[in-house]
Amino acid sequence: MPATYEPIATTTLGSAAASISFTSIATSWTDLRVVVNGTPTANLQFLLRFNNDSATNYSGTDLDGNGTSAASNRYTGDTGIYANWSAFATSAQPAFITYDVFSYAGSTFKTALTTFNQDRNGTGFVERGVGLWRSTSAINRVDIVASANSFNTGTTATLYGIKAA
Amino acid sequence: MPVTYELISSNVLSSSAASVTFSAIPSTYTDLVLRYSGRMDAGANKILKIQVAGADTNLSYTRLVGDPSVPSVTSARGTGISWAGYTDGSTMTASSFSSGEIYIGNYASTSANKAFSAYGAAEQNATDARMMAVAGLYSSNSAISSITLLDISTANWVSGSSFYLYGIKNS
Repeated sequence: MPATYEPIATTTLGSAAASISFTSIATSWTDLRVVVNGTPTANLQFLLRFNNDSATNYSGTDLDGNGTSAASNRYTGDTGIYANWSAFATSAQPAFITYDVFSYAGSTFKTALTTFNQDRNGTGFVERGVGLWRSTSAINRVDIVASANSFNTGTTATLYGIKAA
Repeated sequence: MPVTYELISSNVLSSSAASVTFSAIPSTYTDLVLRYSGRMDAGANKILKIQVAGADTNLSYTRLVGDPSVPSVTSARGTGISWAGYTDGSTMTASSFSSGEIYIGNYASTSANKAFSAYGAAEQNATDARMMAVAGLYSSNSAISSITLLDISTANWVSGSSFYLYGIKNS
């Protein structure tokens, strides 16, 4: 069996930063997975962008809960795929975020499944979503971007590659 | 590239059990993933919880639940416990086993609380089914070396339920 789930790159922030970038991503895998574990300096949303494209080429739909109510929302013509479109991540406790990006090297539009998990021991927020990047370009760069403020020191982001064969 | 998604341990039940525990988990990985296929010997839509070091202490969670029998989607939360999903029970369609996953980030840290996600659903080709997504928190600086998955009440996992614990390295 070939190795099929491989770490491509990982970053642990030595100081607060507004974004984390993975560049020069090879086309060697079938899918990509981004895993983020960390805290914001203050309220923010986690966005994923591809190929340094900050134009309004992204959309998404989510299902979320804040511990008292649930909702489903969508966004269109946005500047990234949100892990937590419906509520801010706070600095209270670590947030655990995943993005699964499918067929990233293909020539169709790209979809990503997202999860956001931040329980705060009495409050919290959970979200599951799907995002779309309307581009036929192969993805060679991924940026995890804070909508405001920054990711704290110690925040870790890892990019994995998954091979179908 | 290093191999990064490794099986640490597995447990396929040959008889019923009240809980399944993975202990002596090495601290050599970045994240843990527990995947399971299971069914319980009582009721329907049994609610699972995760324990760390054999206790609910320092756990809390926020959940999102889908219930097609209403239908409804609801959210709630709890402290001093963490739910982890639904599993099929004995009154549900025979041979229906649930599937679920728990992903624990940064589990070996000795300086930070641990965030995790869980997802588990009970499906039986009938209206009465459930799915649950969870954001969980273990509020402790202690590394996690033991996790347990069990019913929140008294039901048992049935024979044939299977559990696989994987370790993921980020480098």
